[in-house]
Amino acid sequence: MNLILFTFIVLLGFTSYYFGRKKAYTIQSTKKRLTALPQFYGYYLSIWCAIPAFIIFSLWAIFEPTIVKLLILSDYSNQGYLDDELNLIYEKTKALSRGQFTGEITPFIEASAEKYLSLRSIAQSSKVVIVLSAIIASVAYAYKRISSNSRTREPVEKFLNAVLFTASLAAILTTVGIVFSLIFQTIDFFKVIPLFDFVFGTHWYPAKAFVRDSSEALDPTMYSDTFGAVPIFAGTFFIAFIAMCVAIPIGLMSGIYLAEYASYKVRQYAKPLIEILAGIPTVVYGFFAALTVGPFLKELGTSMGLEVSAESALAAGGVMGIMIIPFISSLSDDVITSVPQSLRDGSYAMGATKSETIKRVIFPAALPGIVGSILLGVSRAIGETMIVVMASGLAANLTLNPLESTSTITAQIVVILIGDQAFGDPKTQAAFALGMSLFLVTLCLNIVALRVVKKYREKYE
Amino acid sequence: MRKNGVKMIKIKAKDVDVFYGKKQALFNISLDIEENQVTALIGPSGCGKSTFLRCLNRMNDVIDICSVKGEILINDFNINDKSCDVVRLREKIGMVFQKPNPFPKTLYENVSYGPTIHGMAQSKQEMDEIVETSLKKAALWEEVKDRLHEPGTGLSGGQQQRLCIARAISVRPEVILMDEPCSALDPIATAQIEELIDELKKEHTIIIVTHSMAQAARVSQNTGFFHLGQLIEHGSTDKIFKNPDNTKTQDYITGRFG
Repeated sequence: MNLILFTFIVLLGFTSYYFGRKKAYTIQSTKKRLTALPQFYGYYLSIWCAIPAFIIFSLWAIFEPTIVKLLILSDYSNQGYLDDELNLIYEKTKALSRGQFTGEITPFIEASAEKYLSLRSIAQSSKVVIVLSAIIASVAYAYKRISSNSRTREPVEKFLNAVLFTASLAAILTTVGIVFSLIFQTIDFFKVIPLFDFVFGTHWYPAKAFVRDSSEALDPTMYSDTFGAVPIFAGTFFIAFIAMCVAIPIGLMSGIYLAEYASYKVRQYAKPLIEILAGIPTVVYGFFAALTVGPFLKELGTSMGLEVSAESALAAGGVMGIMIIPFISSLSDDVITSVPQSLRDGSYAMGATKSETIKRVIFPAALPGIVGSILLGVSRAIGETMIVVMASGLAANLTLNPLESTSTITAQIVVILIGDQAFGDPKTQAAFALGMSLFLVTLCLNIVALRVVKKYREKYE
Repeated sequence: MRKNGVKMIKIKAKDVDVFYGKKQALFNISLDIEENQVTALIGPSGCGKSTFLRCLNRMNDVIDICSVKGEILINDFNINDKSCDVVRLREKIGMVFQKPNPFPKTLYENVSYGPTIHGMAQSKQEMDEIVETSLKKAALWEEVKDRLHEPGTGLSGGQQQRLCIARAISVRPEVILMDEPCSALDPIATAQIEELIDELKKEHTIIIVTHSMAQAARVSQNTGFFHLGQLIEHGSTDKIFKNPDNTKTQDYITGRFG
């Protein structure tokens, strides 16, 4: 029903566009000068169609459920029900009206359900009537107002401006909302767990918090030695470090090759191929790491007499490094290519060879951009989740041995939030605290990276 | 320069053809360039004068689709021969470009770039000396001697171009190629560079591509006129400007086309 109405309104929008333009042509045919192109008159009418429809739809979505609920529950007032009970009755009514109710059906509820259905249908049909009449009224009003000297271009441009502004506002508000929810949950977490224990504690064992019986009073002392984040921070940076050890040299060298050495044809094929690496979902990298690389390293280690865990930091970090190669190679390729040709010419004209030119002129000139690309790679490595969950285990060992398993912030958030969780529980809030710290780390890295890239841009523009 | 009344020829181009892919850019160019003189190459845009200049230090190698045929003899050695070492060639033939292109390094590093890659200095002291002499010869020393370790990109356009000249002469090349070196500069900076060119020709052979006829007349002893990939006429600047043999040259010089 709503879909049909919506389609109809869209059709009305197109029709009013057509009418607006037609009126503009009519005005034009009387040799009067228009203040805007005929299309603008069309858009103008379409906007007059869209705005009332949007307003009425929003009002309906906000108020209809509340009003219906009030009307239904008015039958039960003065009967001494508590608020919770009233809510339950309302939910039962809704379920019954959808035919999804499975409990005992009382005549009261049956009557309410019928009333509910009739109210809904009244609401629905009145919505149709009101929306359509509002649209027709507003379009007719606007249509009458159009004349040779009426302003249509400015309102249309303003409307577009407002739409675009709303879109960006939505994105910004979402970000702000997420950050604030992180902040408040984190503050709650630190009310129970001292900040000091979190930042300097060396035991991360959130499973201990599972054991608590919910009837027991919250006793902060029982959480000591539970939420010490040092091992997982260490694990995060350690795995990211291994990843960058793989990604930086390979990515950089392939970037230099693509930008400076590869012939046009090789570049044409090699660049998209490398960029495909960036398109592989990280889950796929994850099971590649867990099922292929991990066991292979274990076997290799055993044959050399080394103790290697099947879920080693090395496997996770190595595969993560491969995942990051295309970022670094593609970005540094772009940066190197954007070094002006005149610098290359200047160097070649001095008798420098290709490798001397790269080493002494191009690389220093491109360095800020390259550093930027590396920092972006690092922030990806720190935020990466799937590969670590699958390939490096979930036990938060404090270790610097790449052959042992270790865990990261992201993997621990997954562990904490998988399955049932309760809001307000320190265990759940720990995930927010971890998320917050992760957010801060990547934010700092991104800010530094953007600064560096910007500094580079200023140099040649 | 004449030795015992005989013109000394530094560069001898014989039947040079240049192709960009299938398109021919230069046709059968034969041109002798005198030692320790300034030779100006003039002609309308796209006539091939810059292309010819870039043949002389094999800079066209950098462009994939470009191929050069014919002989170019420098000191009686054909630089288009397979045995020619491009690195040594470019050490002998310096180049200054249209747009000043100092490296994004310090002034000192800009000038010491060539001597470093050719291993010309054994000690820091020797390098300091090379940098100082080169900057002095480029008439830039007085302006920058106190800020040698600041970035070269911070100089004004004219100073940057003189820095590029200092960089080019730091390896003591026999020939300096200049590709419209003043086209991005204001008249005062242009005058400084022209004065400098006059000074430099005592030690170097200079070939300059220019759009400005007045500049060619001011700085050069010999002039070659290019049109549509052909060398229409060449000879002493006096003759080309006052009494050209070819009517096209006459038309170009008097500003009737180009």
